[in-house]
Amino acid sequence: MVQNSLGRWIPQQFNGRACRPYCDPFSVQPNVQRASRALRRVNPGQSKLVSNLIDAVIASGLKDGMCISTHHHLRNGDALLNNVVRVIDTLGIRDITIASSSVHPVHAELIPYIHSGVIRGFECGVNGLIGELASKGEIHCPITVRTHGGRARAMMSGELKVDVAFIAAPCCDLYGNMNGCSGPSACGSLGYAYPDADYAHCVIAVTDNLQPYPVTPISIAQTQVDYVVEVERLGDPQKIVSTTTRITSDPIGLMIAKHAAEVIEAAGLLKDGFSFQTGSGGTSLAVADNVRKKMLAAGVKGSFGSGGITSYFVDMLEHGLFNTLFDVQCFDLEAVRSIARNPNHLEISSDMYANPFNGGGVVNQLDAVILGATEVDVDFNVNVNTESNGYLLHNTGGHSDTAAGAKLSIITVPSIRGRLPIVRDAVTTVTTPGETVDVIVTERGIAVNDNRPELKQELLKRKLPVKDIRQLQQEIVALTGQPKAVEFEDDVIAVIEYRDGTIIDAVRRVKD
Amino acid sequence: MSDSGFVLRRSLLYVPGNMPSMLQNVPVFDCDAVFIDLEDAVPLNEKDAARNLVSRFIATYTERNKEVFVRINALDTEWGLDDLKKVLPSLPDGIRLPKADTPEIVERLDTLLTEMEEALEVEIGTFKIIPSIESALGVINSIKIARCSSRVIALAFGAEDYTASMEIERTKSGEELFHSRARVLWAAKAAGIQVIDTIFADVGDMESFRTEVALVKNLGFTGKSLVNPRQIDVVHEVFAPQANEIVYAQQVIEAIIQARKMGTGVIALNGKMVDAPVVKRAARVIKTAVSQGLLEYELDDEVIYGAK
Repeated sequence: MVQNSLGRWIPQQFNGRACRPYCDPFSVQPNVQRASRALRRVNPGQSKLVSNLIDAVIASGLKDGMCISTHHHLRNGDALLNNVVRVIDTLGIRDITIASSSVHPVHAELIPYIHSGVIRGFECGVNGLIGELASKGEIHCPITVRTHGGRARAMMSGELKVDVAFIAAPCCDLYGNMNGCSGPSACGSLGYAYPDADYAHCVIAVTDNLQPYPVTPISIAQTQVDYVVEVERLGDPQKIVSTTTRITSDPIGLMIAKHAAEVIEAAGLLKDGFSFQTGSGGTSLAVADNVRKKMLAAGVKGSFGSGGITSYFVDMLEHGLFNTLFDVQCFDLEAVRSIARNPNHLEISSDMYANPFNGGGVVNQLDAVILGATEVDVDFNVNVNTESNGYLLHNTGGHSDTAAGAKLSIITVPSIRGRLPIVRDAVTTVTTPGETVDVIVTERGIAVNDNRPELKQELLKRKLPVKDIRQLQQEIVALTGQPKAVEFEDDVIAVIEYRDGTIIDAVRRVKD
Repeated sequence: MSDSGFVLRRSLLYVPGNMPSMLQNVPVFDCDAVFIDLEDAVPLNEKDAARNLVSRFIATYTERNKEVFVRINALDTEWGLDDLKKVLPSLPDGIRLPKADTPEIVERLDTLLTEMEEALEVEIGTFKIIPSIESALGVINSIKIARCSSRVIALAFGAEDYTASMEIERTKSGEELFHSRARVLWAAKAAGIQVIDTIFADVGDMESFRTEVALVKNLGFTGKSLVNPRQIDVVHEVFAPQANEIVYAQQVIEAIIQARKMGTGVIALNGKMVDAPVVKRAARVIKTAVSQGLLEYELDDEVIYGAK
């Protein structure tokens, strides 16, 4: 075990790979060439179409011990990953590593295949039951959690080698040109699948909407695709995108949102060229709504909105409040409709979105980002991976990427959840380092990182309820009491990789 | 105690007394006051528990950033007296008295409060009373009720029970409340106390809510009872003074400061007389503006009332 700069004990090796301890957000430099894969040749007259998933897996040459990937644009409606693993099991292949862009609760169906040895581990974060069971020691599969930008980096640097990528293609032609804009499984942007198309040794397009050649627009092109396979359905359309995403009606969430928007204004960012990102949660959307009203009132014309895109951002684009949307993932049907028709609503790859090791990602151009947390601590470190019970339940997403990139990163979080205080002495797991977090907004006060003294002064001047983070913590704990600490065993079930590939924390098995 | 007209009571939020999850947020909301409810919000089998909870909550809420009133059960119920005995030692700011249909009912509470104040050894008059005018009888008696005790700092109109007593439906436009609202307003204004309008129950319909708040503000109500924290901002927005009102109010205050220096309480401003009522009105505008961050101004009570 070694200690990283945040004092977290991390293993020297995990899942066969040496762990480099995290030191700071910006100084690690890449020292490798871009990864490559073998050239291939497809001759005139040669068909890429295979008749079913079994034939596709056979054609890909997948063998024991190899690594596969899918993307998570179908979210909790995804059927592809479960189907692929079922086929792999049927073919008697074992010891597969899953390196999808994310794993959702629907993939709890994979658990029997972890027990039976078909799946040996996850080179990606997991949402839901798989992480919970791993935390309890009921399944054994090493998990390496990566940020969205970090995953693109790991594939580009060759650290993460995907042998076969199964790319769910909601609209796809016979030669493998695809987009996510139409079809029963339309999901909009395919941004997280771009690195897979570029770097996986074999790329299989899987579609439930096979079209004659050529399909346009082209998100992922024929030149990257080895095989095309048609299936009955890619997923459950009801669960792929929300039909609507809604602003919270919770008065506490609304109060937090109001303060968050006031912080953005106080930081002096609400001027022409403003760029902004929020998630799809009810409080995030309420922040977006408040920011929208402030932009309209001040006549501000923003430059871009980014990240997962919702109808609220589409509306802001259409009303001229942004020039451009950089969309790595569509969160609702309105976003899917918009990306298909509006040339200023751009699909971008996870590489362009958030990779720290390229010519500069979109996150580096962000003015303000609104982020959530399961816990925060007095050093402004943020946990989004584990809950207060110690279970690994959530993937990182773009959290650490946008926090590092944006000029102003704001965490919006209720001060109390399920009777537990959310501001801790030390978070259970560090996902995002406090150095990259500027402000924590709760309903009981706004805490400003000491590295932003000028912002703190401005908020005080505007009579916003600014509190020292320890004072805020004391007020909360006075209400809730100090919860009993969760106890952990020594064995590490997952490592949390920072966006640069260093290990920022390790998740251990929870004591019974 | 100075004229209570200068304590801002625009937004008065009901909080159920049996819900810890909501009580814990009382310090957080930026309303002017809360009505912690032991009456209608609390089921019969939770009256005891709610009383304990509310009493403990108020006792621990020492850094008060708003006024705390407790809506007790009516004094002719089996719970009303126990409510008082349990919550008054925690020192709320006052009591919202339901079904205050006659001055005698309010006078009875006044007597009980005096007894409790003596027992608790706190200053007589510490606990205020906001009578709920919520029946035809209450509306008729409101003129006497407004004047029956110096503890009565405001009348609160309750349209839900009032319309029930009238055997009529309450509408969103509220024509059926016009006469009763006007009478309660006269009663309060004539007595020189504040007057608080009824709740608006449809939390989803913010547009009609805003219309109603604008209406009652124009009629003369000084505040509104609220059922949801989301309604607070709308009330404050509607009650916000206009820029020219703020400027004029500042001129009035500057003028009266000059007048006091000259040893008088009356002075002319732009050819109009500035006297006590004009000063009080200006003070209210300035306090409202300050509370909403529209103005930075330190207003001393001596300026309003003159040195003692």
